[in-house]
Amino acid sequence: MIRLQNISKVFYTDSGPVEALKDINLSIKKGEIFGIIGLSGAGKSTLVRCINFLEKPTEGNVILDGRDLGGLTRKELLKARQSIGMIFQGFNLLSQRNALRNICFPLEIAGVSKSDAKARAYELLDIVGLSDKAKAYPSQLSGGQMQRVAIARALATNPKVLLCDEATSALDPNTTQSILELLKDINRKFGVTIVVITHEMKVIEQICNRVAVIDRSRIVEQGDVREVFMRPKSDIAKQLILPKSEAVEFLTSRRCLRIVFDGNSSFEPIISNMTLECHAVVNILFADTKNIDGKAFGQMVLQLPDDDTAIERIKAYLESKNILYKEEYLNA
Amino acid sequence: MLKLLGNGILETLYMTVTSTALAYIIGLPLGILLSVTDRTGITPIPTLNKILGFIVNLIRSVPFLILLVAILPITRAIVGTTIGSTATIVPLVFAAAPFVARMVESSIKEVDAGVIEAAHSMGSSPVQIIYKVLIPEATPSLIIGAAIAITTILGYSAMAGFVGGGGLGSIAINYGYYRYQEDVMLITVLLLVVIVQIFQEVGMKIAKVADKRIRSEK
Repeated sequence: MIRLQNISKVFYTDSGPVEALKDINLSIKKGEIFGIIGLSGAGKSTLVRCINFLEKPTEGNVILDGRDLGGLTRKELLKARQSIGMIFQGFNLLSQRNALRNICFPLEIAGVSKSDAKARAYELLDIVGLSDKAKAYPSQLSGGQMQRVAIARALATNPKVLLCDEATSALDPNTTQSILELLKDINRKFGVTIVVITHEMKVIEQICNRVAVIDRSRIVEQGDVREVFMRPKSDIAKQLILPKSEAVEFLTSRRCLRIVFDGNSSFEPIISNMTLECHAVVNILFADTKNIDGKAFGQMVLQLPDDDTAIERIKAYLESKNILYKEEYLNA
Repeated sequence: MLKLLGNGILETLYMTVTSTALAYIIGLPLGILLSVTDRTGITPIPTLNKILGFIVNLIRSVPFLILLVAILPITRAIVGTTIGSTATIVPLVFAAAPFVARMVESSIKEVDAGVIEAAHSMGSSPVQIIYKVLIPEATPSLIIGAAIAITTILGYSAMAGFVGGGGLGSIAINYGYYRYQEDVMLITVLLLVVIVQIFQEVGMKIAKVADKRIRSEK
């Protein structure tokens, strides 16, 4: 669906050239939710802007649906952008237009008639659950509602791709949750390929199928979210994924088990059941889990007992419950 | 006397409103051009921007009274005379258009860059961005700018009284200054103050009503 080949981007600033992207190669499949994670300044915002040519790569090709964006005329490029929706951290709604007319905007640009645009906008308001806010101006909406309007606007022209640039970074945890649910829904219902840019691992873990980790202008790691989560290879991925806790750092030399809940197991008192069933006690050093739709997400670090058979029982139990784990000495 | 002042008010309003309208016909497109061709604008054309900017600054740096006299030949060529309120409109427009252009430029530049980027991401052409994003988003600011512009032009029009322009300015000068009728001077000044206040207040009110960013509690 989207192929980025040897993308480099250099910004020429007053203080000399700055390489924002170096030799990026990515391939995003049709219908998947692809995550790009990195710290701020890593280049992820520039990368996502290369996908719709808001930033023209200095080198390399962006192939969208078999067409090289770099080879298009200006007119063709504007047309191509209509098939790529985008949402932003700051929502970027037109402040002087109400929700309905904001959603009509891309349709006006695409030359859709006023009445058709309006009908489509009402349809979209319904999809994002804001039918009653058609006449509300952005200043009268909450952050979550504004992002919903922005999503509706981005979907108006039936795009094949939706780019999300830190779309939930300005929202509180509950609202983030509901926006992520909405994105997942849209992906399922309409088969829209979604590219998510974020600095939060939680966002990736909840909605993405695959992830690329970007650090200092380069992709340092990519793969299935499960795989990257269990076995982060690069320092930056480890930094983003592995739990940070004083207790964990303090007890570095002890045998620990890192358990990852990736949404494939149900939310139940897993540790209690495990200790009862395995007759082994563990010490919970770190836990950050949550219940989303009855599924468990997050991770936990357990300090293991000094008994090999007990450890084997624990591992067997976790496997039977379809829970990912990895034995490790954190920090070591 | 009352008739004289009444006439003066009408002449002043005629000069001010007409000049403002004409100044906007020139200044609005010029201001938009200045903002979009800027290095950070939607269609950067630095050379054109520098040239336009230079011309605008040049005219703006000439004191109005000097400009008034300097362009007398142009005024005569356009309206056939150099005295009276219609003749004053020419230098007023001349002086006000660059000022209006700068006001418009600054209003347009206030438009949130994120919103412009969003419009780009939806495949908008530069012309569509100007008509559908920049102007509508800047409207409240443009209205406030217009209120400031019209009051400034009113001030200029009064100054034109010195060189045979019409309106309240010339009454203040001819009766108040040359004939030492201080009461007339005082009344004309008061009238000017009142007109400025009205323009300013009305402009602010319209801008407030037009601005959807302000939460309206119903």
